[in-house]
Amino acid sequence: MIRIELHRRSSPSATLRLLSPVIGLALAVITGAIMFSLMGKNPATALYIYFIEPLTEAWSVHELLIKAAPLILMGAGLSICYLSNNWNIGAEGQFIMGALAGSIFPVLFTDFQNPLVLPLMIGFAMVGGALWAGIPALLKARFNTNEILVSLMLVYIAERVLDYLVRGPWRNPGGMNFPESVRFHDFARMPEILPADGRANIGIIIAIVVAVALWFMLSRTLKGFEIRVLGTSPRAGRFAGFSSRGMVFFSFLIAGACAGLAGIIEVAGASAQLRPIISPGYGFTAIIVAFLGRLNPLGAILAGFILALTYLGGEAAQISLQVSDKVSRVFQGALLLYILAADTLVHYRIRIAARPRADKPDVPRQTSEKGA
Amino acid sequence: MKKTLLALLAAGTALSLPTATPVLAQQDTAEACFVYVGSRTDGGWSQAHDMARMEVEEHFGDAVTTTFVENVAEATSEGTIERLARSGCDIVFTTSFGFMDPTLAVAERFPDVKFEHATGYKTADNMSAYNSRFYEGRFIQGQIAASISETGTAGYIASFPIPEVVQGINAFLLGAQSIDPEFSVRVVWVNSWYDPGAEADAARVLMDQGVDVITQHTDSTAPMQEAASRGIKAFGQALDQIEAGPETQLTAIIDSWGPYYIRRLEAVLDGTWESENIWDGLESGILTMAPYTNMPDDVAALAAETEEAIKAGDLVVFSGPINRQDGTEWLAEGDVADDETLLGMNFYVEGVDDQLPE
Amino acid sequence: MELALAVLVTIVTAATPLLLAATGELVVERSGVLNLGVEGMMVMGAVGGFLAAYLSGNPFLGMLAGVLFGMGMALLFGFLSLTLATNQYATGLALTIIGLGLASLIGEPFVGRAGIRPPHLDIPGLSDIPFVGPLLFGRDPFFYISLALVAGVVWFLFYTKPGLTLRAVGDNHQSAHALGIKVLRYRYLAVLFGGACAGLAGAQLSLVYTPQWSENMTAGRGWIALALVVFASWRPMRVLVGAYLFGAVSIGQLHAQALGIPIPSQALTALPYAATIVVLVIISQNRRLTMINTPASLGKSFVPDR
Repeated sequence: MIRIELHRRSSPSATLRLLSPVIGLALAVITGAIMFSLMGKNPATALYIYFIEPLTEAWSVHELLIKAAPLILMGAGLSICYLSNNWNIGAEGQFIMGALAGSIFPVLFTDFQNPLVLPLMIGFAMVGGALWAGIPALLKARFNTNEILVSLMLVYIAERVLDYLVRGPWRNPGGMNFPESVRFHDFARMPEILPADGRANIGIIIAIVVAVALWFMLSRTLKGFEIRVLGTSPRAGRFAGFSSRGMVFFSFLIAGACAGLAGIIEVAGASAQLRPIISPGYGFTAIIVAFLGRLNPLGAILAGFILALTYLGGEAAQISLQVSDKVSRVFQGALLLYILAADTLVHYRIRIAARPRADKPDVPRQTSEKGA
Repeated sequence: MKKTLLALLAAGTALSLPTATPVLAQQDTAEACFVYVGSRTDGGWSQAHDMARMEVEEHFGDAVTTTFVENVAEATSEGTIERLARSGCDIVFTTSFGFMDPTLAVAERFPDVKFEHATGYKTADNMSAYNSRFYEGRFIQGQIAASISETGTAGYIASFPIPEVVQGINAFLLGAQSIDPEFSVRVVWVNSWYDPGAEADAARVLMDQGVDVITQHTDSTAPMQEAASRGIKAFGQALDQIEAGPETQLTAIIDSWGPYYIRRLEAVLDGTWESENIWDGLESGILTMAPYTNMPDDVAALAAETEEAIKAGDLVVFSGPINRQDGTEWLAEGDVADDETLLGMNFYVEGVDDQLPE
Repeated sequence: MELALAVLVTIVTAATPLLLAATGELVVERSGVLNLGVEGMMVMGAVGGFLAAYLSGNPFLGMLAGVLFGMGMALLFGFLSLTLATNQYATGLALTIIGLGLASLIGEPFVGRAGIRPPHLDIPGLSDIPFVGPLLFGRDPFFYISLALVAGVVWFLFYTKPGLTLRAVGDNHQSAHALGIKVLRYRYLAVLFGGACAGLAGAQLSLVYTPQWSENMTAGRGWIALALVVFASWRPMRVLVGAYLFGAVSIGQLHAQALGIPIPSQALTALPYAATIVVLVIISQNRRLTMINTPASLGKSFVPDR
């Protein structure tokens, strides 16, 4: 019987740490090519349309920037959560609540029009997202309630709050009772960066600046050290005097603020109003961004662009090749699985043994919850 | 500027022939593009549009090519619509209310591409709005329901409280009360256009509470299946759903966009396309009724008679006297509701046992 | 009386997929593995079950296919999280993402087609007993399987030696390994069992709940099943209670609407999720209860030293 055995490396391989997302991406692309051939499409053409064509025109690059901004922001924020072993999977809900909090100004105070509006919206959005993320954090810190489930349930609830508001109290009074808010006035819009070429706005710049700031905090400050220590070994962290509870709040609030910021960038940028649905699942895709980016905010920048490309590529492939839009979702899922598998190589050598070894009564080793 | 854009467009499609009066430019071929909010096989709304797209292909042969994008999130639809506008589409049909403002935004940037938006109200020089008076069919359904119901109560599975759905509930009740003044309707909102699980739950709950006719303003066939499994009658939605309930479906409101799309593409080819705001009913054929089945002959005859009366203009669904839910007068004897009120309808008529969100 | 009966039957139908999936996941978690991919396994079971029944015309083949599709996904999860010792949390999330994508891709050509319901089990005589008869007899096969499953899991976990061993593996995998127990083998079997249950739950959705295939038809039920396991503090009988309670809340809100109770429908449809949070808080607040039953190694990878 063939079996696969893992042998722990004496120290994690730095080369493979960098290579593993590349390996994962390569395997996912190969999987994509196989899927395209199975569908009777030329894989080379399909891959070109999927990954290259969206980058060949200026306006399309703008669309890429629009989609990348929320993914980068949320991916970077979630990285902090996952590094510290806090499993926030509710960024989608934090995105919505941030967008709602920020939209208070253009929707309810329509006469309040001056350059202060946008900074206020951004501030409110970050607070809104952080507060929504604060609920699972509070429940985890106070009652030890499972944060995965709570943060996810809060996504469903946030979706309904948004739905209620745009169909009810926040409905555009001049909009024939259709479910949408007023269109945001100019002071409440994200300024566009190169309006001659396309729609991209300063959101992408904000996203990159925030990601770099988070990277700096992680790699150059004591707080970053604390995040890593508490993430890999809560016991060691406690001996060092770090607070696990404090970290629960810190990581959730940071991720929530990032998601809220992403939310206001989306509604004050590309869509300019609230609608019953404001995100095509960015909050969930951001989980993949975080892992593809190796839980490093700088990595999240690159990963955010790659996943934004899968949205655009999926659309282009649908139009030019009549390929189902579901291919993108399979591709995204496969990508995450491959990255996780490739990460094993960082910590272990894999040996394929032809026969089972006799079980030695040696001391087994337990890895941390994070495994990686 | 306009000329350069036109030249670019002509180069893009390589086939359109700009003339001195470009607005009336005839062309030999056209590309028609469709944006769907759901899956083209959803068995309801988006599928009805896709079937119409295929009718277009069949009707014009090589003269018209079609492209579609499905499952387009309303949140990010502006980019999708722009991609289509740039990819050489002559006319883009955006087939969900939520695409209205994105369509308008793209239409402003691409003055030489034509846009048509379904079920909204905003238009521009190069953007039409088109809609169907679904509520006319619902009035007929109400009459049928009241004629065959023994409990005097129908179940209404509703999606979202928007004017189109409110019109439907009101028209259904007015139709029912024209037969049985005591008839009542129980409404369940599932907060989705398409969620078979939730729709089936709603159908079960309504039947548990004793309704013996089910109608729906959601897209899946699940309520029909549930009704069939309990031997209760139901109405189909958007498409003829007789296959889901051969012994269950009374009739269905069929969205038949095909003839409309064909007419609009003929206008594109002739160079006579102009921005319009169309809200047509049974008479135009934009909606049709599936055969009246699984009901006594006299009820079927009554339904057919009402259908003819509506087509002929002898019967207007929203004509007085009609009271609002609180009993105050909305339309006096002889008054007819104007389209603007209907388009923004957010109140119930007297007798609806439900409350609309403020 | 008739209304009460009808309501109960509807609640039971709504609760059955939750009960099936949660009971499977309970066994998985008792072995010390946290599989967050229940939703992904369930949706694959739904598409597999629908396709097999639709193409063969035999609903029982559909049930079997649902089980196999769920197990296939579970095997993928097991290979990654057990053999390759990947992070269980992330792997489970990935399983959900790819499961939802793959299922919608596979099922695309079949959306909206009318499926085939398995026959109800009618026992002449018993089915005619007032109230209890129609409630307990004459139901679909999934209902009976779900009850048998709970009973079987109680018996296995608490009255058999392998069950004891499985719990030992979940509580302390180092000690279990030191005692010569093949930790990974136990965990593989548990994960496969969980996949089978989740797949069967999915098949219930596409064969009984709404006999058709539609994208994302699990609609978050996999996550509710995960919440039920915590709610039940890893006790099978409490999963049963929890599933029926949850079914009652989600059906109850629809009854409230149909009766014209003036609460925004958004608030009512959010109710089951809010209730889940409240219940999770109440349960986790009772530390003694959760500490006793929580498998101590839950979510931790195990790699035998070599």
